[in-house]
This record gives sequence, structure tokens and C-alpha cells, in this order.
Amino acid sequence: MEILVVGLSHNTASIELRERLSIPEEDLAKPLDMLGDSTELVERMLLSTCNRVEVYAVTEGRVETAVEAIAGCLAAYRNVDRSEFADKLYTHVAADAVRHVFRVTSSLDSMVVGEPQILGQVKTAYSIAQTREATGIILNNLLEQAFHVAKRVRTETGIANSAVSVSSAAVELARKIFGDLSGRSVLIIGAGEMAELALRHLLDDGVRSILVANRSYDRAVALAQQYHGRAVTFEGFRQEMVGADIVISATSAPHVILKKEDVQTIIQQRRHRPIFLIDIADPRDIDPACHEVDNVYLYNIDDLLSVVQANLTERNREAERGEAIIEREVNLYLHWLRSLDVVPTIVSLRRRIEEIRGAELQRALGRLADLTPEQQEIITTMSHAMVNKILHQPMTELKRRAALQGGHVYTSVLRRLFGLEERLK
Amino acid sequence: MTVDQFLFFLALFGYLLGTLHYLLHILSPRPSIGRVASYATLVGFGAHTLSHIVRLYTLGRPPLGSLYESLSFLAWAIVLIYLVTEFRYGNRIIGAFVLPVVLLATLTAATLPRRIAELGPALQGVGLWVHVALAVLGNAAFALTFCTGIMYILQERQLKSRHPGRIHFRLPSLELLDDIGLKALLFGFPLLTLALITGAVWAEYTRASFLNLYGREIWSILSWLIYGGLLYARLSVGWRGRKAAILAIIGFCLVFGTLIGVSLLRSGRVS
Repeated sequence: MEILVVGLSHNTASIELRERLSIPEEDLAKPLDMLGDSTELVERMLLSTCNRVEVYAVTEGRVETAVEAIAGCLAAYRNVDRSEFADKLYTHVAADAVRHVFRVTSSLDSMVVGEPQILGQVKTAYSIAQTREATGIILNNLLEQAFHVAKRVRTETGIANSAVSVSSAAVELARKIFGDLSGRSVLIIGAGEMAELALRHLLDDGVRSILVANRSYDRAVALAQQYHGRAVTFEGFRQEMVGADIVISATSAPHVILKKEDVQTIIQQRRHRPIFLIDIADPRDIDPACHEVDNVYLYNIDDLLSVVQANLTERNREAERGEAIIEREVNLYLHWLRSLDVVPTIVSLRRRIEEIRGAELQRALGRLADLTPEQQEIITTMSHAMVNKILHQPMTELKRRAALQGGHVYTSVLRRLFGLEERLK
Repeated sequence: MTVDQFLFFLALFGYLLGTLHYLLHILSPRPSIGRVASYATLVGFGAHTLSHIVRLYTLGRPPLGSLYESLSFLAWAIVLIYLVTEFRYGNRIIGAFVLPVVLLATLTAATLPRRIAELGPALQGVGLWVHVALAVLGNAAFALTFCTGIMYILQERQLKSRHPGRIHFRLPSLELLDDIGLKALLFGFPLLTLALITGAVWAEYTRASFLNLYGREIWSILSWLIYGGLLYARLSVGWRGRKAAILAIIGFCLVFGTLIGVSLLRSGRVS
């Protein structure tokens, strides 16, 4: 019995190849059933995202045969020639497979480490496999454990703390200034694409009041309507800044439209409430000197990019701590996996011996009919003691061995020797 | 070792454990570390409360007579106010700044003579206890504004630098820090005011002169002026953020100077 992972991902295969092999969520059932036709794969699930196509499986036979079966199925399902992706395919077995599943689910194997989508994608893939009855005790436990590990990595390290896109970095910074963003108001100067993108991010974060200023008033009105905001005249934007908390400037103006003196006046009128200025225009809209004013935080596109860069470095550092957590969890899981064999073995061995003891005791007591109750008691006790003493050493040893590498050999030999095979489910 | 001393050291141990874990919690966001920090502090606080009660019983008067007692009570009050804040805002990072102050106060108290001070008849009476308790509670609230002030400065520098580092992610938002700072100020200032009034009344009553302008009184008035000024600036002029934080830090340093410096100089006697 072996756990294995066969697949390809952004680490090994090009996006074209991944696209050609990927299977949409709603079509996952069919290839899952196809995999089930191969008798080796007693448990299986299929994960297909834009960054990876992977099969998680448990095989009772040889690993090589199982890998063949999986690769064949992937090729056949999407009509891609095996030779096209044979060298891109990776195979992980046993501990490596467990580690891989944990890393994928925890988003440590993602293109952008710490991205949140993968956990949901694995959960969906798992539940589809469950509805096709393709998983069993081993994969069920593996996936449940993987979800637990992903949660641990997320809460115990900072891999998901920092923003890794320009617009999410801006939102993160805004949160560190204002805390909760719901109820905050945003002023957009310029109605370009970039401004709209940033606006959408802020809306996702609960910003409710939106003002749009643009040189062409009609376009301002159009954009404002789209997001249930209010259009204001371009000439009046400075006055609007008194009420706005976040200002995104993205005009195509050839020169600075907001000077330090303007900001000083505005901040006075705001009674020194902080204001977050985001200048994503090129050339710049806002005089860099505005940043010197107290309670004004000015970030331009380069600043945001360097924040993103720093965050990526930070994530990778945090990812190392995630790896350490995963290493411990892999060991825990493997420990469970090995004891899986030993527990039912011990139970059936005990039952078997107990049956023999009971039968033999009855026979002996039947022949010794004139024994006093005390004497019967002594013989019964002796039979118990013998069984316990004989079993004690092998049981202890078995439990210990089972937790070690290759432990399943001991349980399987024991099953053969005592003829327990048919008793194990 | 008497019972109240044992409880006091138990509290000290709890605060030590709490401090270490709150500091660790800055480095690692693991929730379990944060929980240990909170529980350790809570246990320390419980022991500390009991130690005050035991001392109240054995002394037959509030344990506010000596510098040891005042400092110990101050530490206790800071923890009380902090725990309420933690519960209210669900943020444990503030603990990493408050608990070291608590630990410092408790440790300083631990080095002071714990013998029961012989208080002259002039230093008895409800008026004095009310005065001291109010002053200490007010100062405890200012300790919180001091800590959030430091945190505000740190976070503000992170944001102004445009290269936010690790601490930036762990620190709360400027808005929250400013808000807690203001609330603590609004809580502490009336207490300090009342403390000054009761102190003046009590002094009038016992010695017929309050403003002899030595030591403690002059410092108390100075810190009252600073905090009053800060409160005025915040509420009417709309001062906030960095300037308010800096003033809160300076104010607390002065207050702490009053409590320790003057008391040490006068070796625990109230003039």
C-alpha cells in the first residue's frame, strides 16, 4: 500500500501544456471514474487548476504500474500524446507524496506563495472525488490533515499577511492607516483603467463612498454611475479632498496637479485627519513633497512596486517557517498511516488467541468436573496470565516496529503466521 | 515569606511569562503564543489582586502607603486597563508594549523595602487614600497612552519610510492606536484632576497649605498641565497622530519621574 502523487505544474510544464491537459471542474467525474477502472488505484482524486494537473492516489500494487495508469489516463482523456508531457511529469511516493499534498494545499508550492485560492480548489477537487466514492480512509485522512496543515501555516506564519499586487498593496497600506475601511470614502482623479482597477479593489474591501473627478465630466459621471459613486468637477477636487480619506490620482496631466501647499491647506481643513494619497499617474500628478506633511501618506506606483517586492521576499522567508510546520505534520501523518496497519492486526490477533483460550479452558474444566470453585478460578486466572504474558512481548515489539520505516512488513508477516488475513477488512 | 509576598511574586512571575510571550507574539503570529501571554497575564493579575486584598486585611488600611505599595498598585492598575483593552479590541500586540512597563514597575517594586511603613497621623484618613488611588489609576491610563504613543510613532515611521518591514504587519492601524490613546486620555485625565482636587482638599484640611510647591505637587501640576494641554489640543484644535503621540510619551515620562524620582529622594515620605 503506497500513497503517490503524479502530475505536472508551473514548476515543470509550460502554460500551453497545462492548458491542454487541464480538466474543468464540472468534467472531473469522468476521468476520476476512468482512473478507478485501473484496479491498482484503490483511492484517487484529481486536482486541476490553471497551475497544475495532479492525481493523488493510493495503490495496492507496484508504483510503476500505477504511474503508468495515471499518465495513460491523463493522455487519453484530453487526447494529448504521452511523449509530449512524459518528461514534465513528476511522481512523489510515500512521505514525499504526503509532503507534496501538504505543500500544495498550504500554498507553498504556488506560483505566488501564500495565494488564497488553492485551498478552495483542493477542497472542491476533494469533494468531487468523495461524491464519486473515489476516496477511502487514507486519502480522506490525508486531505483532512492537509486542510488542517494549511490553516496552521496560514495562521502561524506570515505567508498570507502581505499584499503581492500593486492594488492589494495599496489596500493593505490603507488598512494600516485607517483600520477598517468600511465607511471610508475614496476620491478618484482621472477615469482611466488603472484608477478603475484600484477602485474595484477598494470596493471589495468595504469602501462605500466614492467620488470621481475627471477633466471630461461626462466620463466621470459614467464611471461614478457604474460604481454607485458621485461625479464631481475636476476644478473642485481639492475641496473634495477635505472629506475623502483615500485619493487615487491617475490623470494624464503633463504636470503636477497637487502641490504641497494645497495639501497643507487641505490637512488643516481636515483637522489633521490622516489622508492616503496614491499617485499612479505617469508622469506624476502629486508633488512628492506632499509626503513631508504630517498625517499625509503619499505613495506613487514605484513605491507600491517596491512594497510588493519587499512583501514577496517576506513571504518567501515566512514560507520557510511553513516548511518546518509541514515537516512535523508529515511525520505525524506517516505515524498515523503506519499504525493503521498495526491496530486491526493486534485486535484480531487478540481475538484469535482469546477464542483458543476460551475453548481450551472450557474443555479442560469439563474434564475436571470435581474441582472446587477456588481451583477453577486458579486455572482460569492461569490461562489469562499465560495468554497475556505470551502476547505482551510481540505486541509491544509490533507497536514499536509499526511506527518505524518498513513497519508494515512486521504486521503483514504476523497476519500470515497466525492466519489473520481473512479477518482484516 | 508572608502570604501577600508570595502572591506578589506569583504575580511577578505571571507578568514575566506574559511579557516574554507578548514579545514573542510580535515575531510569530501563532495564536497559541498569544493565548499563553494572555493567560499568564490574567493569572498574574489574579494573584496580584489577591495580594492587595491580603495586605489590606493585614494592614487594616489600603496598601497605598509606601512607594512599594504605590508602584505595585500602579502595575496592577495598568494590567487591569490593558486587559480591558485587549478584550475590547481583540489585539494582543499592544501587550508587547504594555507588559514590559508593567514588569518594570513590578520589578522596581520588588526591590523596594516591603516592611510596613509607620505612617504618621497626618498620613491617615480616607481623603489621602482616595487621592492616591485616583492618581495611580489615572497614571495607569496614561501608561496605556504612552504605549500606544510609542506604537503610533513606530507605525507612522514605517508608513512614512515607504519600506514597511515586519513590524508594520504586526502593529495595529494608526487609527486604532490613536483611538485607544485618546480614550485612555479621556479616562485618565478626569481621574488625575480629581486626584489633584482631593489632594488639595486633604492638604488644606491637615496642614492648611497645599501649594508649598515642593516636589510632588509641582510635578503633579506639571503633568496635569501637560495632559490637560494634550486633551485640549486633541479635542478643540484637532491635534492627533504623531504630535499627540509624542506629547503622550513626554507626559508619561514626567509622571513616572514624579512617582519614582521624588519618592526616592524623600525616601517614601509625603512632605
